[in-house]
Amino acid sequence: MALIRCDGVAAAYEGQIVVHDLDFQISPGEYLCIVGENGSGKSTLVKMLLGLKAPAKGQIVLGDGLKQNEIGYLPQQTDVQKDFPASVYEVVLSGRLNSRGFRPFYTATDKKKVKEMMQLLGIEDLERQCFRELSGGQRQRVLLARALCATKKMLLLDEPVTGLDPLVTAEFYQLIKEVNKMSGIAVVMVSHDIESAVRDASHILHLQETALYYGTAEGYRNSEIGKKFLGGTA
Amino acid sequence: MIETIVEMLSYPFMVRAFVVGILVALCSALLGVSLVLKRYSMIGDGLSHVGFGALAVAAACNVAPLTVTIPVVVVAAVLLLRLNGNSKMNGDAAIALISTSALAIGVMVISMTTGMNTDVYNYMFGSILAMSSQDVKMCVILSVVVLVLYLFFYNKIFAITFDETFALATGVKANLYNTLIAVLTAVTIVLGMRMMGTLLISSLIIFPALTSMRVCKTFRSVILNSAVVSVVCFCIGISVSYFCATPAGASVVMANLVILGIYTAAGAVRNCRKIR
Repeated sequence: MALIRCDGVAAAYEGQIVVHDLDFQISPGEYLCIVGENGSGKSTLVKMLLGLKAPAKGQIVLGDGLKQNEIGYLPQQTDVQKDFPASVYEVVLSGRLNSRGFRPFYTATDKKKVKEMMQLLGIEDLERQCFRELSGGQRQRVLLARALCATKKMLLLDEPVTGLDPLVTAEFYQLIKEVNKMSGIAVVMVSHDIESAVRDASHILHLQETALYYGTAEGYRNSEIGKKFLGGTA
Repeated sequence: MIETIVEMLSYPFMVRAFVVGILVALCSALLGVSLVLKRYSMIGDGLSHVGFGALAVAAACNVAPLTVTIPVVVVAAVLLLRLNGNSKMNGDAAIALISTSALAIGVMVISMTTGMNTDVYNYMFGSILAMSSQDVKMCVILSVVVLVLYLFFYNKIFAITFDETFALATGVKANLYNTLIAVLTAVTIVLGMRMMGTLLISSLIIFPALTSMRVCKTFRSVILNSAVVSVVCFCIGISVSYFCATPAGASVVMANLVILGIYTAAGAVRNCRKIR
């Protein structure tokens, strides 16, 4: 059964439809890349997947035991975070909040999970460092660790490589791929970078107010629309 | 030295000022960290002006000041927060609008009733004599409520301060906690307003947080350090006010300013060492 299934979903801002007729699904272990230009409705779709915005039409169904608050989300970085005094440990620990419900304090289990995730991403020696003093790539790893603390089944990454230099970007893509392969966590990534998307992802959703293409990455490479957007590299 | 402190505390009004002041300093320091980091520093200032207006109306109608002022300022706090989230009007413009309007209403009411006198001066700049024993009781109860709620929701407050979208996505009701912070801030401001003065109370919210951020690197240490700095500065300020007969609010702000200077220097020195 699919983790998330979208049936004829449309979204509106102040009465204007921004995306419409979306039909797609995300299965366990899949790596779906959502590509498209600015204003194509990517961020709106992200909000709907997170349950922060209700679809204007159609429905989004969660399955396979995925709860709405158990999607590991890696948002775009905000201005607030640039001078925020918080240790890496505090940031990653806040990913466990959804396991707390109304109980106010973290338990030993939460702390153990945090250690595990920091080890997995190779940031355990940054534990006591201040978040604002990290490099861009280190920050994204920390936020990825936080997202992994919040989920067992699905990661949702919103343009995670914005502002990273090419080397760090390649490393980060590699990391995502490993997480996806090794732990079987489904990955949904919103991205500008169509070439890397086709290389890494199993499925592609190309948005332009509606789905211009939805299917496997292999199929995208051979499709009309894929050829057009990939240019000479396909 | 000890004798003079004992003498100072032998006056009931000084004991009241210390009790209320320390509690308000503690609450405002805790809340201040979140407000400053979320770029809501001016909310404190706006709310204190609304408090001034409400205080003036309460005095004119001859009712207990706190029972009128607290609900009014709480409503204003929720309203300001809503306006901040609304893209049609900028948050800072909304605050300026509400605070000047409230100030104007207060001044109009005062001029129609008692006229501009020392009471008004005390509202504006604070008075060490302002606290009655009934105020102290109310203040202790409300401060304890603020402190307990803050402790209980500490982890959630961290989450919504650091990253509201992520918090929302993981099922934290960010709006609820934002409103909670605003309401607690409103209560704290009203409690401290008459002693610190309408024009100066927001310093209690902003200074300790900024001071701590010069040096501290974790959220928890910023919170703890702010609380200590805030209480220490208040005690220094109020003692100076007692011994040198300076205005209470202004003395506390000056103490805060000096400590901010010291912390900034310490932070700069540390950064220089790191680069070398």
